Amino acid sequence: MLLYALKRLLGAIPTLLLVIVLAFLMVHAAPGGPFDDERVLPPDTREALEAAYNLDQPLHRQFITYLSGVVTGDLGPSYHYRDYSVGELIGNAFPVSLQLGAMAMLLAVVLGVAAGTFAALRRNTLLDRAVMGFAMTGISIPVFVIAPVLVLLLAVKLQWLPAGWSGSGGIGRLILPVVSLALPQIAYIARLTRASMIDVLASDFIRTARAQGLGMGAVVRYHALKPAMLPVLSYMGPAIAAILTGSVVVEEIFGIPGLGRSFVNGALNRDYTLVLGIVIFYAALIVLLNLVVDLLYGVIDPRIRRR
Amino acid sequence: MNRSIKVTGGLLLGIIAVALAGPLVSPHDYDQTNFDALLQPPTLEGLQLFGTDDLGRDLFVRSMLGVQVTILVAVVASIVSLVIGVAYGAIAGYAGGRVDALMMRFVDTLYALPFIFFVILLMVAFERNFLLIFVAIGAINWLDMARIVRGQTLSLREREFVAAARLIGVSPARILLRHIAPNLVGVVIVYVTLTIPQAILVESFLSFLGLGIQEPQTSLGTLVDAGVNQMEGASWMLLIPATLLAAILLLFNFLGDVLRDHFDARGEL
Repeated sequence: MLLYALKRLLGAIPTLLLVIVLAFLMVHAAPGGPFDDERVLPPDTREALEAAYNLDQPLHRQFITYLSGVVTGDLGPSYHYRDYSVGELIGNAFPVSLQLGAMAMLLAVVLGVAAGTFAALRRNTLLDRAVMGFAMTGISIPVFVIAPVLVLLLAVKLQWLPAGWSGSGGIGRLILPVVSLALPQIAYIARLTRASMIDVLASDFIRTARAQGLGMGAVVRYHALKPAMLPVLSYMGPAIAAILTGSVVVEEIFGIPGLGRSFVNGALNRDYTLVLGIVIFYAALIVLLNLVVDLLYGVIDPRIRRR
Repeated sequence: MNRSIKVTGGLLLGIIAVALAGPLVSPHDYDQTNFDALLQPPTLEGLQLFGTDDLGRDLFVRSMLGVQVTILVAVVASIVSLVIGVAYGAIAGYAGGRVDALMMRFVDTLYALPFIFFVILLMVAFERNFLLIFVAIGAINWLDMARIVRGQTLSLREREFVAAARLIGVSPARILLRHIAPNLVGVVIVYVTLTIPQAILVESFLSFLGLGIQEPQTSLGTLVDAGVNQMEGASWMLLIPATLLAAILLLFNFLGDVLRDHFDARGEL
C-alpha cells in the first residue's frame, strides 16, 4: 500500500513538470511585459525592475531559476502586489476556498448518493423519473447561472440569505455559495449512484441477502451501498476539478476572497507570476487529491488491495 | 427514430431558427444604444420583447445574437476537437501495442490537468479573438473523443475486412481513412452531440468572466454576466439569457443522452 502510494507519487512528477513547462511558456509567450502600464517607466527603472524579477536573463535560465524555486516551495514575488510573494497570496486565499470546496463536496456526496439510492429503489416509478429529471437539469445548468438566480430569488427577492460575503461571518453567508457549487455535482452523483445501485441490486449476493429475510433497508445499508459507491468514488477526481472550476465563478459572484477570485483578478491584472503560481498549485492539488481517491479505492474494495 | 430525438432535435432547430431570423425581423440593432429607454422591462410596445439593457440596447436582438455566437463557437470548437480526437484515437487504436499505450498514457496525463485554467491563461496571455476561443475549447474537449474512437478502432482493426485490406497490400493510412473511419461515424456523431454542450459551457464560462466574447459582440455568457450586475433593478436581464443558456444546454445534453442510448454506442466513460 505504502509502496503503491510512493510509486503513484513519483508517477505524478512528469504531469506536474508538464504543467509547469506549459504554463511557464504560455505566460512568457504573452506579448507585452508585466510592467507595460499606462505610465511609461524610465528606461533605467525598467531595467532595474526586470533585473529584480530575473527578466533580463535568457528564457531557459529564467525557467531553471523558477523551477528550483518551485521545488523548494517558493513561487516568486507577485508582479502586481509587489509587497507580497505568490506563496503568501495563495496561503491567504486558499483556506477560504478549501472550506467552501470541502463543504460543497460533502453536500454533493451525501445528497447525491441519497437521491440516487432513493431513485434506484423506486426504479421506473414517477418519483424516480422526477429525481432523474431534476438531475438532468442540474447537470445541464452551469454554476454561474444557478448562483445568480439563487441570489436573485433567495437574497434579493425573499431576503432570506445574504447575497455577498461581507458583513457578519457565520454560516449564513456560506449557504448560497456552497449550494450553488454543489448542485451540479449532486445531480451527477445521483445519476451515477442510481445506475450503479440498480446494477448492484441485480446481483446474486443481494438476492441471497434478501432470501435470508433481510429487509430492503438493511440490504442497501450493509450490502449494496459499498459496491455501489465505487463509480462515485472514481468520479471524485473530475468532481474535484469541477468544484475548483466552479469556485472561480462562485467566488466572483459572491465576492469571496478565495483562490479562484485571486486567479481571475490576477489574470485581469496580468499578474503573471500569481497566475502561474495558482495554476501550478491547482495542478498539484488535483494530482494529490486524485492519488487520495485511488488509495481510497483500496480501502473500499479489498479486491483491488490484493492486486 | 425515437420520438424524443425528434422532439429535442426539433426544439433545438427551432431555437436556432428563431435566433437566426429574430435579429433580421426585429426593428432594433444589437449595438444600437438608446438613452431614452434604459433598463425597460419586456413589453410588446416597439417589439421590445425582452426589454432593454443598461445602455438601452434591445435585449431580444442581443439574446438572439448571443445564441448565435454561443452555438457557432460550440459547433466550431466541437469540430476542432472532433478532428484532433478522431485522428489521435484512430492512430493510437490502429497502431496498438506500445505506441497505443504511450499515446493513451499521454491522454491520461492531460486528463489530470486543470485545463480551464490553462485556457484562462491563454486568454490572458494573447489578444482575445474568436479563433483562439475555438482552438482553446477544441483543445480541451478532444480527450474524450480520442478515448472513444481508440476503443472502437481497437475492435475494428481485428475484423475480417481490415485483415483482408491489409492482405491485399492497402497502406495503413488508407485503411484508416477508407475502411476504419466510415465505421466510426455513428459513435462520433453521438459524442459530438455531447461535446457541444461542454463547449458551450466553456465558452459561456469564459465570457462570463469577461475573458471570452467581447463587447459590443455578445454571447449568452456575456449577457448573464451583464445580468448579474443589474439583477436588483432589472431581473429580466439575468433571467432571460440564463433561461436560454440553461434550455440550450439541457436540450443538447438530453439529445446526446437519448442518441447514445438509441445507438447504444457505449464508450469507456
